[in-house]
Amino acid sequence: MSKRKGLYASKMKRATHMLFYRRHKKPGVKGWELRKALGQDYPKVLKIVDDYLKTLDLQVKTVFEEERQLENPSLEELDKARFYVTLRGDLTPKETKMIGWRIDDLAGLAIAVSYIISKKGKVPRKEVEELLHEKLPEWKVGLNIDRYIRYGYLTQDENGQLYIDWRTRAEVDQNALIDMLLKTET
Amino acid sequence: MESKRERAKTGKEKLQRIIETVKSVEDHSLDPFIVDINEMICTMREYFPEWETPEDLSLDAETINHLASAIKLQSEWVKHRSTSLYTDPFLLEEKLLRISKEDMTGIFLQAWRPIVEFEQISLHSLAEAVRYWKSLLPLSERWKQFAPVEVETGIATREELVEQKILREEAFSKELEDFWQELKIKVAEKGEGGRIRYLDFVGAETYEETVQKAFMTSFLVTYGYATLEIYPLEEEIFIKPYEKPVANISEKQLISIPIALTVEDWMKWKRGEQP
Repeated sequence: MSKRKGLYASKMKRATHMLFYRRHKKPGVKGWELRKALGQDYPKVLKIVDDYLKTLDLQVKTVFEEERQLENPSLEELDKARFYVTLRGDLTPKETKMIGWRIDDLAGLAIAVSYIISKKGKVPRKEVEELLHEKLPEWKVGLNIDRYIRYGYLTQDENGQLYIDWRTRAEVDQNALIDMLLKTET
Repeated sequence: MESKRERAKTGKEKLQRIIETVKSVEDHSLDPFIVDINEMICTMREYFPEWETPEDLSLDAETINHLASAIKLQSEWVKHRSTSLYTDPFLLEEKLLRISKEDMTGIFLQAWRPIVEFEQISLHSLAEAVRYWKSLLPLSERWKQFAPVEVETGIATREELVEQKILREEAFSKELEDFWQELKIKVAEKGEGGRIRYLDFVGAETYEETVQKAFMTSFLVTYGYATLEIYPLEEEIFIKPYEKPVANISEKQLISIPIALTVEDWMKWKRGEQP
């Protein structure tokens, strides 16, 4: 193995550890942390890791501070971004049970997220509760919203307004969700 | 025709209404284009000459601030509508109400890429933990209980209690009786008509002693050992001892008489001047 290859192999291992193991309260790792540990060429290391993960149906997901995907991000923008390892393909409904989600709870999350997106990212909690109450028992609605907030999918301000939080930005392709929802025939 | 005052009042009401409208658009995420910016600016321009006080001008500035945020909201609204994320919320709400749980979950699963993370202990961290455990002192050593120092109990003497100001040298009633006798003697020596000037009785070598005597005198009067004769016009106060303590004094309505005794009064008395 050439010296250069060996160096990259060691950087890939280090990057994999940082990406998979939680270092802070939230999962994922910031760009500047990767730069500190791997050097200036960390975007290249991440690209190689991403290629490796492809065969395992996983990917390195970049979430920029500006909350939108950037075509050609600068190093500064990458430093401020957060990197996660996420699933690359789709989960089947059966698989969701394996990771601890009941269909009711997942549908509730999907409804809440879609509704907030449609209202430009900000909605009174009461409105979401009313929407969920159409199909979920009242006692479950509040518990579920609290759970979505606890997991980081939603956040709530002191005026009772709900917003999209960090986990939705990292895990949900918001454009695809709305697009598919509108295409569905009901 | 509307008076100037009435016109200013109407103008203020209109500005308040503008602020309320913009606020409700901001708070309820309503379509910001329901706000007619041009009309609002015309209203503000119309009433601007009426503003005279800083409060009026402050209200005017606040309205401009809210209008600016309404314009910002309009700009964001246009931007949002031009992106692919824009959907008519009513259309989407309809869809969300009609769609089945299964379909909704199916759609969400196509857009959901959950984060993958490991929760696993490594051999290295286990070894670290064992090293730490070995070097950790047992709780019994870390939280040593320090036995309190034993102090032998004993009996405090009266002198010690007096020294610590817990007890007075004499019982208070005894002290009061002695003070009453002192008053009687002073009246006999220096008094006139069975009474003595207040300051001639309480005045002493030091100001502290004088205050102490004034304090005791107040008890003499309260408990019926003596009485005060006050001549407000002459600004003179005399104290007159009773031959025997008056027992029914508490049956009368008691009044408080504040007597100021300043250092200046005491110094004047000491110099032999009338305070």
